[in-house]
Amino acid sequence: MFDDFTSSFWANTIDGMTVGSIYALVALGYTMVYGVLRLINFAHSEIFMIGTFGALATMQITGINGPFTGFALVAVLLLCLAGSMLASGGAAVALERIAYRPLRKRGASRLAALISAIGASLFLQELFATVIIPKWFAHGRGRDTLGLAQAGGEPRRLMDKEVLFSIGSGDVRNDKVLIIVAALAMMIILQLFVTRSKLGRGIRATAQDPETAVLLGVNIDRIVVVTFLIGGLMAGAAAFFFLLFYEVTSYFIGFILGIKAFTAAVLGGIGNLKGALVGGFTLGLVENYGASIFGSEWKDVIAFTILVIVLMFRPTGILGESLQRARA
Amino acid sequence: MSARNALDGLRSTAAVPGQKLSSWWGGAPVYQRYAVYVLLFVGALLLPYSGLAPIMSPHAKWSSILFFPIGIYVLLAIGLNVVVGYAGMLDLGYVAFWAIGAYSMADLSVRYHWTFWEILPVGILMAAISGIILGAPTLRLRGDYLAIVTLGFGEIIRKVAENAEYLGETRGINNVPHPPDITGVNIGGVDIFDYGIRDARPYYYLLVVVITLVIIMVKRMEHSRIGRSWAAIREDEDAAELMGVPTFKFKLLSFAIGAAVGGAAGVVWAAKVSFVAPAAFPFILSATILAAVVLGGSGNLPGVVLGAFMVAWLPERFRGAQEYRELIFGAVLVAMMIWRPEGLIPSRQRKAELAEGGGGSGHLGAEVAEVSK
Repeated sequence: MFDDFTSSFWANTIDGMTVGSIYALVALGYTMVYGVLRLINFAHSEIFMIGTFGALATMQITGINGPFTGFALVAVLLLCLAGSMLASGGAAVALERIAYRPLRKRGASRLAALISAIGASLFLQELFATVIIPKWFAHGRGRDTLGLAQAGGEPRRLMDKEVLFSIGSGDVRNDKVLIIVAALAMMIILQLFVTRSKLGRGIRATAQDPETAVLLGVNIDRIVVVTFLIGGLMAGAAAFFFLLFYEVTSYFIGFILGIKAFTAAVLGGIGNLKGALVGGFTLGLVENYGASIFGSEWKDVIAFTILVIVLMFRPTGILGESLQRARA
Repeated sequence: MSARNALDGLRSTAAVPGQKLSSWWGGAPVYQRYAVYVLLFVGALLLPYSGLAPIMSPHAKWSSILFFPIGIYVLLAIGLNVVVGYAGMLDLGYVAFWAIGAYSMADLSVRYHWTFWEILPVGILMAAISGIILGAPTLRLRGDYLAIVTLGFGEIIRKVAENAEYLGETRGINNVPHPPDITGVNIGGVDIFDYGIRDARPYYYLLVVVITLVIIMVKRMEHSRIGRSWAAIREDEDAAELMGVPTFKFKLLSFAIGAAVGGAAGVVWAAKVSFVAPAAFPFILSATILAAVVLGGSGNLPGVVLGAFMVAWLPERFRGAQEYRELIFGAVLVAMMIWRPEGLIPSRQRKAELAEGGGGSGHLGAEVAEVSK
């Protein structure tokens, strides 16, 4: 039992950090929306799912097929990343417009908003399962898991996954390094945006005290849209990295990942941008270590148990809740 | 703007007969009320009448549809309503308690050869205890955290059932025995205590009795000190606590009662289908039951029963649209929250709360944009 843990420690560390950075990027969307609106954006998992299909669509439309190397690889990766971020960002803004803004205007209860979010989540999942995937991606089989290799009929590859070097038992593969570095870079950019830019200041002001923010000339509607857009863009990036790493997607892919990303957000301290990062890595690592001890079929159970335990003993998370209190 | 006015007009005309009915009900003497109750009960017993079958269910056997999904959904919705409608807490993993009831029935009967009637109270107790175990650490949390924790709990239960060898993994447990028969009691051409495979009606009658008992229990609670405490918690938990309501205790109670009802539904269901597997308890079912409660009018029993009936019956009636069932659900949920958050048949109190904007877990943030104008 613990032999498995020690023998695969480094491999699990590297995998945990890769998955953790994906969790962290998705968690940012939950955290920002929660910080500003006090709403668990339940449909955020579907925003992520839409991102994976955005990347797939980009590959299908352009017909790119690798493996690529060098500058071609960078260009292709950026193109697909743009495709997934665009799809997710657009979906997030549309979601805010249709499912949340009418409720917000009416000053509705949070329970109503959460139920609307669940409705939107169901709707988006089923829209993909019954209409979009059968029509454009898998020809009639909307509920199957799609491999990157079969999407659109022809085998597709973006890059050769090579082992760069090894630490102990862990092979450091180029795609994992790419994901971790890119995710960290995006989070640093986001942190700078929120703490340094004018819009970022508006976001923090709204999170802290919406009424005063309005009095001081913050356009709340715009702030809320920007918040959803940023959350969507980050989820889109995470979606592409997910596709690159696992090479599969389906209409249901967002569900478990969404819960885990939310767990990561709560773990780090919801409303706290750095918390999303800390929570994401913590969850990714603990989950992988736990799986090496108890068996990988218990991975999800471990993640949810961690959520329950954290909420029991430290409901504000590791770093505390503080989009409101974050000052530049 | 004009569309909005038209909608309001529509709403007010639609409300007139409903208001008449409810004002009559408010002033009706006790014997008239009981007459209505008895009529409703008898009506429920007469529902499997075969003359209705071609209209109500042209595709599948009407009496078995009445048991599942309709009857079971109604029972689950009544149970979830205690948590969501009365106490204002959002439970997204309600199906877990149903699963616990079903697995109690399957395991105790197959492995230990207990009979249905011995297992029923045990299954209910197991579900209630698991509700308390889950609730005790988590009910102190804010409402929306609770939603996610219960969602996680629902998934944990399903994953445990999938992975535990003791519970048959994904294959589940087969050959769960039916309730013991009492032959020879024949009323209207049905052996009402003969629990076989072919005739679903005895199970349906059993379920109607269970539902009736649960409704009586829940109704009594709603108008007691417990129910008033729940309403106070739902409207403003802090104020309730300050006024001396032990909020945590009453939240836990509502959670346990909701879980117990779910457990009862599980035991009865497992005894009919004789096959319990993890695939029967997906998250979508929790969402469906929640949709039933919200669509019907959370907090109001007739509304909840109607909502559950619609949610269970419509997809069976219109099989052609089954593929798009959840798609339509999702859209309807969003639309309802935007235009009629109080549900089809709301309770008057709940409607007032929602119009005020409270109605559970406080306001959305960043809402001032419009309200302050």
